Amino acid sequence: MSIPKELRYTKEHEWVKLEDGKVRVGITDFAQSELGDIVFVELPQVGDEIQMNEPFGSVESVKTVSELYAPISGKVVEVNTELEDSPELVNESPYENAWMIVVEPADSSQLDELLTAEQYEEIISE
Amino acid sequence: MGELKRTPLFDEYAKYGAKTIDFGGWELPVQFSSIKDEHEAVRNRAGLFDVSHMGEIFVKGKDVLGYLQKLLSNDISKIPVGGAQYNVMCYENGGVVDDLIVYNLGDDQYLLVVNAANIEKDFEWMKKHAEGDVTIINQSDEYALIALQGPLSEKILQTLTDVNLSELKPFQFKASVQVSGYSVLLSRSGYTGEDGFELYGEPNSIVALWNKLLEAGKEDGLIPCGLGARDTLRFEACLPLYGQELSENISPLEAGIGFAVKLQKDADFIGKEALKNQKEQGLSRKLVGIEMIDKGIPRHGYKVFKGDTEIGEVTTGTQIPSTKRNLGLALLDIQYTEIGTEVEVEIRNKKVKAHVVPKPFYKREK
Repeated sequence: MSIPKELRYTKEHEWVKLEDGKVRVGITDFAQSELGDIVFVELPQVGDEIQMNEPFGSVESVKTVSELYAPISGKVVEVNTELEDSPELVNESPYENAWMIVVEPADSSQLDELLTAEQYEEIISE
Repeated sequence: MGELKRTPLFDEYAKYGAKTIDFGGWELPVQFSSIKDEHEAVRNRAGLFDVSHMGEIFVKGKDVLGYLQKLLSNDISKIPVGGAQYNVMCYENGGVVDDLIVYNLGDDQYLLVVNAANIEKDFEWMKKHAEGDVTIINQSDEYALIALQGPLSEKILQTLTDVNLSELKPFQFKASVQVSGYSVLLSRSGYTGEDGFELYGEPNSIVALWNKLLEAGKEDGLIPCGLGARDTLRFEACLPLYGQELSENISPLEAGIGFAVKLQKDADFIGKEALKNQKEQGLSRKLVGIEMIDKGIPRHGYKVFKGDTEIGEVTTGTQIPSTKRNLGLALLDIQYTEIGTEVEVEIRNKKVKAHVVPKPFYKREK
């Protein structure tokens, strides 16, 4: 199970990448593997405001629907529209091609609440 | 919560990479490789399923035919020895206790194969309505069941048995067949909309049979399949699932399985009066196929609207792994059930456009 050291995580299995003042968000390798074949990804639109720990979208596998939870509050400035037509990218490349949104944080101090790779690894190994 | 029940094949799951889930109190594989791969294997080649959780209830005695005619909706007198028939067991009000397969074993003996989650409920219901010389025995724990499904099933199975499988027609079975040296009840049947066989065997021989079959079918692309693919396959073929398309609140006529309800048979089976009335007065709702027009996947329990009016709900929905169609079965008010009718499915508080389409969504070429 891949858990890149340089990323931050949530206990809801999102990853967060800090990029000069903005954050890129996706779901982890563990999450995609638990869900199985992803067939649909529903994301917000550029300009939408999202709230920390509130759902901002969903991913659906053949079998189930899972909510995506915002790791921080802020404004959505980019959305990966490629996932609309190629949801399987989430299975194939969860940390690269299947990034989901880029957010401009409303309050950067919220980033301190995110998990490190080690902490996340501990959670999923429980 | 008690411990989850396991089938005799439980220890084999991990070898093939299975993910297990709690399915009505059973720890069963939801998938081995992926639902998509398993779905496609069964449609194009073959797949092997562990369905040992299903219930086996034997009924025997000289009054057995009359008893089953009163208990069940189909015409049991039409099942030849060595034949099987799909049936519905109803409540007085026409709601469904369970749907099941009835095998005529001959000599006044029948085998009823029922849904795992309903075994106790069915068994109690059957005992409660027993009359005359009838013995009812729940032997669910003494039988394991594996299903070999897909167009290459016959070819694969034929390498392990001397029985001429081409002579065994759909809904026929043989009681004591040797498959790779093990005795099974072999039935040409299944729950995938594909050709295939079900093998009822002793728990202690089923692991060997499972592995023999996988080995025999390896070159033809046979793979182990889980409940996930079983569900997408049966859904694509529009075979009802108890608890979704059928329940104590949904009648077999509403669910579109009137072919298994013989209102004209002489016996007054339980629920006949209610179902007759329902038919005479006309159904107020019925099960239809729906396909999403806009993006979204319908799911069990989602509400269906026409404008502001709630007109029913989705009983099963998913994206078909092979065709990518976003399809659902939905129980709708009768005036909205014509093919082509536009409706809306409420998905996470948004109404998303869909329309009524013909079912089944898949029918195999014969």
